Amino acid sequence: MRNIWIIWRKELNSYFVSPIAYLLLTMFALIFGFFFWNALGYFVLMGMEEQMRGQAMPMNLNEQIIRPLLSNASVIGLFFIPMITMRLFAEEKRTGTIELLATSPIRDVEMILGKWLAALTLYASMLLFTALNFAFLFKYGNPDWKPLAIGYLGLLLQAGGLLAIGTFISTLTKNQIIAGAATFGVCLLLWVLEWVSGYETATWAQVLAYMSVITHFESFAKGVLDSKDAIFYLTVIFLGLFFTTRSMESLRWRS
Amino acid sequence: MITVKELTKRYARNTAVDRISFEVQKGQIVGFLGPNGAGKTTTMRMLTCFLPPTSGGATVAGFDVLEQPLEVKKRIGYLPETPPLYPEMETSEYLAFVGKLKGLSGADLNKRVDYVCERCAVADVKQKLLGKLSKGYRQRVGLAQAIIHNPDVLILDEPTAGLDPKQINETRDLIKGLAGDHTIILSTHILPEVEQTCEQVIIINKGKLVATDSVHNLQNRARGAESILLELAGRNGDLDRTAVERRLGQIAGVSRVQFKTSHGNRNVFEVESQKGFVRGDLARAVVEAGWDLNELKPAAMSLEEIFLQLTGAEASSPAEPASKGTQ
Repeated sequence: MRNIWIIWRKELNSYFVSPIAYLLLTMFALIFGFFFWNALGYFVLMGMEEQMRGQAMPMNLNEQIIRPLLSNASVIGLFFIPMITMRLFAEEKRTGTIELLATSPIRDVEMILGKWLAALTLYASMLLFTALNFAFLFKYGNPDWKPLAIGYLGLLLQAGGLLAIGTFISTLTKNQIIAGAATFGVCLLLWVLEWVSGYETATWAQVLAYMSVITHFESFAKGVLDSKDAIFYLTVIFLGLFFTTRSMESLRWRS
Repeated sequence: MITVKELTKRYARNTAVDRISFEVQKGQIVGFLGPNGAGKTTTMRMLTCFLPPTSGGATVAGFDVLEQPLEVKKRIGYLPETPPLYPEMETSEYLAFVGKLKGLSGADLNKRVDYVCERCAVADVKQKLLGKLSKGYRQRVGLAQAIIHNPDVLILDEPTAGLDPKQINETRDLIKGLAGDHTIILSTHILPEVEQTCEQVIIINKGKLVATDSVHNLQNRARGAESILLELAGRNGDLDRTAVERRLGQIAGVSRVQFKTSHGNRNVFEVESQKGFVRGDLARAVVEAGWDLNELKPAAMSLEEIFLQLTGAEASSPAEPASKGTQ
């Protein structure tokens, strides 16, 4: 436990002493802020139109702003995750510091968990900026907070899975760019897999669509905690981290 | 302290380390000597539990590297060929991080950080970023990192590589100073380094153990019985070999004279002597007898030459299997 904490602190520290963390936070805040601004503008326009028509259509902040924005955040996340994970192991392998970690009295699992948790923490701090936007909704409106909380849980679970995959890919190379590009490709693929369900209903298409990380986010965005989807994400996290430990082990045998 | 038995590391196409066995006693400094690509780094990586051996095994401080790697790692300080530094960390921050990794905490940790900074002469760069340090400082921080948890065993992979002569001397003195408290294995391909710092030498070549002996014994082997190669030619073309052997054998101190080879008019003799300097007498005798003295040189006298002899005197050796410097 203590070792996980030591590695976690070291990783987080190296994110925040380099420009990486600030760059990612700024970009994410900007992009998400833009989406928020758009969604809000559209919502206000709708409200005015309804007033002019004199009909009382139900306006719902949760349904019309929070839900689509959470889905947006999940997709924006896909693009940021490779940048978070690409250096985790690739950099240590390139500079040789992996030799220090591997000859210290800590287990591979502790090292991997520490790094993965640090990546997840950085992602969570990116989400904090989205919370800033949503805070305005609570100040001037009256949305339900429970679906939002479940939406955040979904975002963290989804990111956890993709970060685990990214961590695994980072152990395969000592070139950050390769690790980043490969992770980005996988993330993108896991997003678009779902599209096959649009025109095909055969079993293979269903399986492919099921593997898409986006499909499983829909229930979370709605504010529904579906154990099926939660288990899917937990499985991805477990598999990603499991493959990372195997990869670390094979690293020792091969090198 | 360290027992290595039949240690072997095989890769798909080659054998990096081939059934090496040796022992190191507590408190000794042992030089691990061999040309580049001999398998030094691979052996060290197996001792530090970084690489698992293909077969055979080793124990460090009584713990098996395969069975109890965590216990072994607690008792080993390791300085890889390139010091494992994080450029974005400050020296003291880095040493504290390594200390924590090795299991130190609290006041104990702070004390050790201060101590190793003092010991390795890096106290003046405590607040500097590691990425900005010069090569000599980086090497010393690397050493400081290795001794932070006061390990029983220190394993240093070419600790003086790439340093300037002044830094090399400083590093050697530092290592010598550490010897009392720690058992040290250091690898190198520089011979004087072994002569100056180590008590025991292990020579390996192409993955095989070539010799393991104390520096003292090796030097005796080099300096005890001197053997000299003489190349002679007769004035008028031919030379009476038995006459030469008889004449040279009469010189005081010479124990044996033997004809080795001839190349046309050039005849090579090997002369063994007990006494220190018989070269002058040899030369005088040859000239007085009317022979031509073409060459007179000591045969395999220095540690260097013993080393070359033992390792097959190859000018260039094949690159160490992918492991060298890569990971």
